[in-house]
Amino acid sequence: MWLSNDDLQAIWLTLRLAGIVTAILFVVGTPVAWWLAQTSSRWKGPISAVVALPLVLPPSVLGFYLLLAMGPSGWIGQFTQTLGIGLLPFTFWGLVIASVFYSFPFMVQPVQNAFETIGTRPLEVAATLRASPLDTFFTVVLPLAAPGFLTAGILTFAHTVGEFGVVLMIGGNIPDLTRVVSVQIYDHVEAMEYADAHRLSAVMVAFSFIVLLALYGWQHRGRKET
Amino acid sequence: MNPIRYFALTLALLSASVVAHADEIQVAVAANFTAPMKEIAAAFTKETGHQIKAAYGATGKFYAQIQNGAPFEILLAADATTPAKLIKEGNAVADSQFTYALGKLVLWSAKAGFVDAAGKVLATGDFQKVAIANPKAAPYGAAAMAVLKQQGLLDAVQPKLVTGENIAQTYQFVETGNAEIGFIALAQVQKDSKLTHGSMWLIPAQLYPPILQDAVILNAGKEKPAVAALMTYLKGETAQAIIHSFGYDLK
Repeated sequence: MWLSNDDLQAIWLTLRLAGIVTAILFVVGTPVAWWLAQTSSRWKGPISAVVALPLVLPPSVLGFYLLLAMGPSGWIGQFTQTLGIGLLPFTFWGLVIASVFYSFPFMVQPVQNAFETIGTRPLEVAATLRASPLDTFFTVVLPLAAPGFLTAGILTFAHTVGEFGVVLMIGGNIPDLTRVVSVQIYDHVEAMEYADAHRLSAVMVAFSFIVLLALYGWQHRGRKET
Repeated sequence: MNPIRYFALTLALLSASVVAHADEIQVAVAANFTAPMKEIAAAFTKETGHQIKAAYGATGKFYAQIQNGAPFEILLAADATTPAKLIKEGNAVADSQFTYALGKLVLWSAKAGFVDAAGKVLATGDFQKVAIANPKAAPYGAAAMAVLKQQGLLDAVQPKLVTGENIAQTYQFVETGNAEIGFIALAQVQKDSKLTHGSMWLIPAQLYPPILQDAVILNAGKEKPAVAALMTYLKGETAQAIIHSFGYDLK
């Protein structure tokens, strides 16, 4: 076999992680993006800045403080222990939650842009036709913002696949649980198994290229049509 | 002579003497040796005037970097095989390799009284997670695996293992309480021959193969007097006393 079992396991785990994180962020990120697009509150600036923080913070910093927060004396850790689900570091769901933080801006920003591009006019028209706000959101806003959602979804997914520092800090490198592709490659390099590292990296490069090609190719075509 | 010119002249003379005698040495240091290296570097600089620029990290990573032209002049590895490999591949100076410290492995918890002096806690299984360094890349991780195998506990403990990329990250997992116990280097929790905090089992040396930590001069440091001076200094009394006080044995 071209890739080892461990490598395939890591790939499957990574795809699962990225898929779940993207799904969660569609649900969590959309309301935030909507609020940011609509509001004229003085909180808009500060909230936007907080949303964008993971773009700037080094993953090792984010990872270290998530490790502290999720630990037995951290606030997330105390909360999860009270709920009886134990501690999150070194678990798959710990990675999911960390990745949700880490990939948050990649979901919110494109969706927010899409909402802002729609403007207020279609909403006013829908209101004059007596559509309820919820109705308007699902039948007018969502279809119009679909391209933004696609971009956001692809970016979030791809960004989670490429995540390394945060996973390294809170993952504990457990096969089939927290050992994602990026960590597996790092492991190969550390153990001086360069041939394995090259193979897995090649898969990663090919995957990333195809994803980005699909995204930009599609955006390009979309622009021509309009 | 007016004061400003006098001052300028003094400054010029001073800087000239610094240029003539003090050199800068780039050293790659195994993560577990971070604390002793800082003390040794300070003492060495005080004595010789040479400045040490140290990078701390995993030996395997340094190996890859050195192979690809990293400017390090000395490697203080966490094992004996990496320096030997670098010499064989022509990236380090033959005959410059020597053992600067013998590593000691401990089972440690950040909580006082959690680990007993005989390490019985391992067998009772009264913990959720035990942290070790990656056994494939880190010698302390390999030593920990040897202990678990020797004690016949590997199968029982395996599902609770979490792996740090190097010994520093392994310490972090235990220090933050996310793993109750972990196999780390004595040097990380000992200072001035005393345990800094928490509780530990000092694992008897016969339970694992010796952790030889070897130093080697890399090609970039060949025939540089300051580099040779540091290698000699590491074998000297001052450095050895520091190394010993952090809980390493000496060969």
